[in-house]
Amino acid sequence: MLKRVPAMLLALLLATGLAWAQAEDPPPVAADSEETLSVEESEIAIDTAVSPGDGMIAPSNIVVSDWPNDAGDALLVTFDPGSETGNDNFIGYTIYRRVQGTEEFEMVGFVELDEGTSFTDGYDPDFIVEPGVQYEYMVAATYFSGAEVSSEATAAQEVAIGQLYHSGKTRVLLGCVVFLGLILFYFYAAQRGVEMYLRPIAGIEAIDEAIGRATEMGKPILYVPGLSTISDVATIASITILGRVAKKVAEYGTPLLVPNRDPIVYTIAEETVKQGYMEAGRPDAFDKDSVFFLTQSQFAFVAGVNGIMMREKPATNFYLGMFWAESLILAETGSLSGAIQIAGTDAVTQLPFFITTCDYTLIGEELYAASAYLGREPKQLGSIKGQDACKGIIMAIITLGLLLSLTDLIAGTETLVWLKNIITMPVVD
Amino acid sequence: MSETIGIWVAAIFTIGIYSFLYKENPLYRLSEHLVVGISTGFGIAVTFTQVLKPKLIEPIVTGEHGAWLLLIPAILGLLYITRFFSGVAWLSRYPMAFLMGAGMGIGFPLSMKASVLRQLEASLVPLYEAGMPWDVVVGNIVMVLGTLAALIYFFFSKPHKGPFFGTGSKIGIWVIMVGFGATFGFTVMGRISLLIGRIQFLLGDWLHILK
Repeated sequence: MLKRVPAMLLALLLATGLAWAQAEDPPPVAADSEETLSVEESEIAIDTAVSPGDGMIAPSNIVVSDWPNDAGDALLVTFDPGSETGNDNFIGYTIYRRVQGTEEFEMVGFVELDEGTSFTDGYDPDFIVEPGVQYEYMVAATYFSGAEVSSEATAAQEVAIGQLYHSGKTRVLLGCVVFLGLILFYFYAAQRGVEMYLRPIAGIEAIDEAIGRATEMGKPILYVPGLSTISDVATIASITILGRVAKKVAEYGTPLLVPNRDPIVYTIAEETVKQGYMEAGRPDAFDKDSVFFLTQSQFAFVAGVNGIMMREKPATNFYLGMFWAESLILAETGSLSGAIQIAGTDAVTQLPFFITTCDYTLIGEELYAASAYLGREPKQLGSIKGQDACKGIIMAIITLGLLLSLTDLIAGTETLVWLKNIITMPVVD
Repeated sequence: MSETIGIWVAAIFTIGIYSFLYKENPLYRLSEHLVVGISTGFGIAVTFTQVLKPKLIEPIVTGEHGAWLLLIPAILGLLYITRFFSGVAWLSRYPMAFLMGAGMGIGFPLSMKASVLRQLEASLVPLYEAGMPWDVVVGNIVMVLGTLAALIYFFFSKPHKGPFFGTGSKIGIWVIMVGFGATFGFTVMGRISLLIGRIQFLLGDWLHILK
C-alpha cells in the first residue's frame, strides 16, 4: 500500500492541475484591450489643440534589420527622428507592429526621447518576434498628453533569422579549445604513466583525518553540499568530493548526514553516496535516510541544519559547495557544537567567514582540485596539470601586458590596446 | 486585529530563532520545524502555480503552438519519480545525467567569458598614463602584480619553493587575505543593517518603544 502512495499523489497532483488549467478563463479585462492600440485609435488620440504644433515632423525612414547572433527572436528598428523643436511636451516614440496582411497594429515598445532613435523588438517577452514572419512597423512621435503623430506603415526590410554560430564569441570558442586541449593533453600524458607532482594542501589532507576523528568518537559526519543548483561548478565539485567521503565513511562504518536544499542536488547526492557505499563493498550499510531534502528556503534550511548540529552533535562538519549569507551562521553554530570543520567554496564574499570560523578552508580552485587529490587517479591528476598550464597562459598574457604597458610609457606607442583587442574586445555579451 | 496577530506571531518566532544564541531549546525547535515545513509547502505551491501550471500544463492543455516540445522536459521530470519504484529506479539517472551534462556544457563557455576573458581584460591596464592620479597608478600596479602573485598561489603541480613559486605564492596568499579582510568588513556592515531591521521591528512594530 505504501508503495502506491507516491503514484496516488502524482495522479492527484496531475488531476488537480488539469482541472485547474481547464477551468474557464476570466473575461479579458479592460487593461488588456488598452494595450493593443489600432491605427485608428492612435489617430483618435491626436489632440492637435493640446500638443503638436505647426512645426511637428512625423518619424520617417524606418529601417528594420535582423538582430545578429541570436535565435531569430529579435529585430532592430531604426528611424529618423520626428519632433517639434522646443516643444517640452514631446516625450518620445511609440513603436507599433503588425504581421503583414493583418489589420491591427500592436504597441510593442516605447523609446524615450533621450534613448535615441532605435528599438530592439523581441526583448519584451509579452511581444515576442517569431522567426521568419514578415512584420510591418509604424513609429509615432508621442506627446505628454498622449497625442501621437504617426509615421507611414513600413514593411520590415528583413525578417528575424536565427544564427547557429555567434560570431561575437569566437574568442570564447578559441579559449575553450585551447584550455580543453591542454587539459586533454595532460590527461592522456597521465594515462601514459607520466609522473605528476601535486603540492600538499592542508585542507584536503585534513579530510581523512576528520573522518577518522568522527569514527573514533562514534559520532556522525555532517556534509552540506552547498545551497546552489547542480549547474554550479562548486556544487559539481562538492558532489565529487562527497563520493570520496562516502566511500571512506562506508569503509569506517561512520554515520553520514547530508541535508540538501536543492531537490535535484538531493537526488544526485543520494546516488553519489549510494555509489560510494557500493565501491567500498558495503551497499547494505547505506542508509537512505542519511541523505535528505530539507527545504528550498535559504534561511529555513540554515535553521534546520543548525538544529541538526545541536541535536546530533556531529564530530565533523563539511561545508563544500556554493554558499551565500548563511555561511557564517552555519560555520559559527558548527564551531559552537565543537565539531572539526572543513569548508570550501568559490564564493569570494563567503570565504572570509569560513576562514575565520572553520579549521580548514579550501579557497576557490582548491575546492575543484580536491577531488583529484583525494582520488589520486592519473586522469584527474592530469586535469590538474592541464589547469595549471592554462593558468600559465593567463599569467604570460598579463606579464606581456605589463611589459607592453612599460613600452607604451617609454616609447609612446599603443601596444597594450592592441593586445587587449586581440584577447578580449570582440567578445559580445 | 489580523495585523496585530501577525506582528505577535512574527515577534515570537523572531525571538524563538534568536533564542538559539543562548542554546538549542524547545521554542527554537518549534520555530525551526515550522519555518522548514511552511517554506517547503510554500515552495511546492509556488512551483505549481508559477512553473508547472503556466509553463507546462496550460500550454499543453490549450494546445499552444509547439507545446508538444514541452513533453520532453515533462517526461524527463517524471522520470525522477521512478526513484520510488526500485525496479525502474535506474531511469531517474537519465534526467540527472542530462542536467549534469547541460550544466557543465552551459557553464563552461560562460565561465570562459566571465571568469577568464573578462578578468584578463580587466588586468590589462596601463600602469601609468599622462594625467593619471597617483592613487590610480599605485592601484593598477598592485592589481597587476597582486593578480600574478595570487595565480602563482593556485599552482598545484609545482612545489611552493624557490624565488618564483615560493616567494610568489607567499605574496599571493597575503594579497588574497587582504582582499578577504576587506570583503569581511564590507559584508559585516550589510549584516549589521539586517540585525538593525529586526531590532527595529521588535522595538518599534511590536513593543512600540521606538517611534
